[in-house]
Amino acid sequence: MTSFAPDVAEVRTALDAVTDPEIPVVTIADLGILREVEVAEDGAVEVTITPTYSGCPAMQEIAADVQQVLAQHGWAGRVRTTLSPAWTTDWITDRGREALRRHGIAPPGPRNDGPVLVQLGRPSWQPACPLCGSTDTEETSRFSSTSCKSLWRCRSCREPFDHFKSH
Amino acid sequence: MTSTAPTTDVAAYVLRLGDDALVLAQRLGEWAAKSPTIEEDVALLNVGLDLLGQARSLLARAAELEGRGRGEDDLAYFRDEREFTNAQLFELENGDFGRTMARQLLASAWHVGVYDALSDSADEGLAAVAAKAVKEARYHLDHAATWVVRLGDGTDESHRRMQAGLDDVWPFAAELFEVDPLVERMVAAGVAADPRSLEPAWRSAVESVLAQATLSVPETTWAPTGGRSGVHIEAFGYLLAEMQHIARSHPGASW
Repeated sequence: MTSFAPDVAEVRTALDAVTDPEIPVVTIADLGILREVEVAEDGAVEVTITPTYSGCPAMQEIAADVQQVLAQHGWAGRVRTTLSPAWTTDWITDRGREALRRHGIAPPGPRNDGPVLVQLGRPSWQPACPLCGSTDTEETSRFSSTSCKSLWRCRSCREPFDHFKSH
Repeated sequence: MTSTAPTTDVAAYVLRLGDDALVLAQRLGEWAAKSPTIEEDVALLNVGLDLLGQARSLLARAAELEGRGRGEDDLAYFRDEREFTNAQLFELENGDFGRTMARQLLASAWHVGVYDALSDSADEGLAAVAAKAVKEARYHLDHAATWVVRLGDGTDESHRRMQAGLDDVWPFAAELFEVDPLVERMVAAGVAADPRSLEPAWRSAVESVLAQATLSVPETTWAPTGGRSGVHIEAFGYLLAEMQHIARSHPGASW
């Protein structure tokens, strides 16, 4: 197959078509899953992705979606998965946070990376309700539909909502 | 960069960690559709899924270091009981929900300490997995601690059962802190976390939860051991049979 080496910016733009299969309103770039795009000496595009959680079942699908975009543009490419440096919610862009919120998912708050510590009771930080903006919210379950989210309820508008956990 | 330790040693050490995570993930999976609430069903399976993800990365690293052409699936599905080197704590039967949470508290507190220390391992592959896994383990510990306190400091019945579950699993924690020649060599090579240095923080984290839960720290009356050398409790064979039978009945099958 004949392929022309693209430049990195061109590939990045094309990859904006790839969204998270479980949160399809956010691109993998805005979630920080897309770690690196390089064009190797042989002209092949090398895309590096990283999982949000060790057991994230979406990784294979994301890799396949990336391959498909590369193929659509006629670029030869490889997808690599890396664990290091570990993904954190700090990798989510401002645009990604806004997209989550518009989709009804409260974006992550500050992270807590302390040593062994066990904090009980109500979390010290509560996400604002993505629907009405109230901060009078309570956690109903620490785990939600995917590993990366917890389930909350707004005490003002009474609506339940997902929260992208700080991680 | 990788460590200068013999790769067979590193592979064996990483395999222990991988087996710990894999076996506990399998146990948690047994709660599917049987948990006290739908939210807890989702929670236990999410914790299990994290552990399974950690296990896959660890087994893949062990297979790579071993260099015998095996992959993560070969290690998970085609080894026999005596070849598994997980500590026995991780294979203990679920029992009731209290016992499962007691096991999870001890296991997650261990994982937080060991993964945190291994984030600086001389084996880069292991360090990467650990740095990712420690964040998940913190969340698991938090979840288990919340339940242990709620049940321990709950009704007379929940307190009684929480204490009974804790008493059952407690002796098995000692094996986590054992030091054998492999661990000695790996600690010296900067690959492994020294279990002796992890024990004080583990103990204080666990005991602070138990105090809030109004539970008493069980007296250690016996110290079961042997998991690291492939000796397991009777129930483990049944766990493996369930986990492995499809892969063994249809070798190489995919879907």
